[in-house]
Amino acid sequence: MHYLPNVLFAILLIAGAVFFIQNVKKIFRNIKLGKPLNRNDRKAERWKNMAWVALGQTKMLRRPFPAILHFIVYVGFILINIEFLEIVIDGLFGTHRIFSFAGDFYNFLIGSFEILAFLVLIAVVIFWTRRMIIRIPRFWNKEMTRWPKNDALNILYFEMVLMSLFLIMNAADINLQNLGAEHYVKAGSYPISQFIVPLFSSSNVDTLILLERGAWWLHVIGIFVFLNYLYYSKHLHILSAFPNTYYANLDEVGKLNNLESVTNEVKMMMDPNADPFAIPADGDEEDMPDKFGASDVQDLNWVQLMNAYTCTECGRCTSVCPANQTGKELSPRAIMMKTRDRLEEVGKNIDKNGEFKEDGKQLLNDYITPEDLWACTSCNACVIECPVQIDPLSIIIDMRRYLVMEQSAAPTELNMMMTNIENNGAPWQYNQLDRANWRDE
Amino acid sequence: MAELAAEGKKADILFFVGCAGSYDDRAIKITKAFVKILNKANINFAILGEEETCSGDPAKRAGNEMLFQMQALMNIEVFNMYEVKKIVTASPHAFNTIKNEYPQLGGDYEVLHHTQFINELIQEGKLKIKGGNFKGKRISFHDPCYLGRANNEYETPRILLKQLNAELIEAKNNRSLATCCGAGGAQMFKDAEKGDREIFEKRTDEMVEVKPQIIATACEFCNTMLTDGVKIQDKEAEIEVLDIAELIAQDL
Repeated sequence: MHYLPNVLFAILLIAGAVFFIQNVKKIFRNIKLGKPLNRNDRKAERWKNMAWVALGQTKMLRRPFPAILHFIVYVGFILINIEFLEIVIDGLFGTHRIFSFAGDFYNFLIGSFEILAFLVLIAVVIFWTRRMIIRIPRFWNKEMTRWPKNDALNILYFEMVLMSLFLIMNAADINLQNLGAEHYVKAGSYPISQFIVPLFSSSNVDTLILLERGAWWLHVIGIFVFLNYLYYSKHLHILSAFPNTYYANLDEVGKLNNLESVTNEVKMMMDPNADPFAIPADGDEEDMPDKFGASDVQDLNWVQLMNAYTCTECGRCTSVCPANQTGKELSPRAIMMKTRDRLEEVGKNIDKNGEFKEDGKQLLNDYITPEDLWACTSCNACVIECPVQIDPLSIIIDMRRYLVMEQSAAPTELNMMMTNIENNGAPWQYNQLDRANWRDE
Repeated sequence: MAELAAEGKKADILFFVGCAGSYDDRAIKITKAFVKILNKANINFAILGEEETCSGDPAKRAGNEMLFQMQALMNIEVFNMYEVKKIVTASPHAFNTIKNEYPQLGGDYEVLHHTQFINELIQEGKLKIKGGNFKGKRISFHDPCYLGRANNEYETPRILLKQLNAELIEAKNNRSLATCCGAGGAQMFKDAEKGDREIFEKRTDEMVEVKPQIIATACEFCNTMLTDGVKIQDKEAEIEVLDIAELIAQDL
């Protein structure tokens, strides 16, 4: 019986880790459903970009106030996890505050964690206030109902509870230390929880132990649950932001990618010596895509799919989108959310059937409508705004390519514009021979 | 270009006029203003005239990669035929496409937006702005998406405006936060989707809010959109919408 807590803890630890790893594998598998794209070049630049944007969070600074709050939560999250290392060892071996041998340094660490935990708590409460009381519009766009809304709140509540448990645990510990309870070594400094000590001072040792152990276990379970919650949540960005910025587009955002497959066809058309009936050279057939552009998630490239898993639905993109600002349906955030939704649906389909079985649905129409796609001005405001370098515009363009090149389904006026370009080299119906007439006007 | 080639001569600079610059009445004024500047600085430049075709920007952004590449490859063929090295254009769309998207199709050139080229001329001492005509005028600059966000060029147009000795005032949303005029991504050629209002009306509001006497633009499409916006507000008498090239051409 003596080892029961240790065994329980070990089971919890292993279960939490195994479940998490399984889900991470699914994410990798889903991302790999995307088309290949080589982003293994310019390694030094990529590391630097990741360091600045993900680790340093420099793009958050476009909005300084939430940037400061976010930074507190981020630093708090990372540093308080050092404490988690101690929790794991204590849990497995039945020790208590195993690192306390470090003396003053330990006191310094625990003291800093307490201050951080308190700051995180305040930051999270402010976040909640911005979302629920001030009701900042970008948290209330129409895609932010049901799960996306609850998801955001769950994360905030989780953090509030975890931080509170940490402080309660310490406060009970102080009381136990003061009472000289067995097992509770005198260790740590408690700049914050000392203030809640009086709340428990009238309790006896047994109640205090119950409180301390209770808070400890809930804290531990909470961390495991939170870890596994990531898979289902927009909060996954705490991990995916790093690869997402590493593999981000490093070129000018104005540059759209080139479709090589189209180049081959166009060169063939323009080359007077080309033999249209020639047997393609070896390998050429594989170069030919089965379709131009994207109508479903498998047609997008893996970076675009990783983008979808990285989106934390902050809505900065949508808040600067000129189409959205003027009441159009388009929301760049919804483009990313719908891409993830569809990708997860495809993933579940594979889980169930072993491979993807046609389900009569696709990203186009069932999730993202042509009306969304045609409202975009390609102004890149969303791309520049995203704190983790997600590129909604590239998905919009790929889907337009499908609409135009596979379905000839552009709005009528655009078809006219394109016919004009084709016929006379300008979007309007003017004679190409008159192109220099302005000189005489 | 063809005429020069027939005489056995070559131009240092290709001025890529673009479709609006060639055909649109308002944009032609910008083209002419820029030519005035080029002539004043004694630049040996040429245009392609009937050998020029659309840069392909609206086709590419509408999703018609096929049509884009046809246009791009035709232009590249002509550029290479005349051994073009340096291209200047008053259109940020052509600028972006030729600079960033032509290299993937084998067209590598030094490409400058006209504001960058004018700035170069001033720095080399080939062009002098008097700085008297617009002295003290309140001018606000509208950043074109394809110059600003797309190519990270925010300061050169402002450097030029300061040379006019004007009072440069900034809209609340400026530089990378500048709201689009609503014309990019082939929107220029279609009606907007259903919504509360037009994008150009919103951007005009933002620009008018800081009470400029002149709204300076650096893009043929932005110019059209904001001109319309000012007209709708019945403010044409108080606020002029002018391209930076036009402002400079009036102050040489």
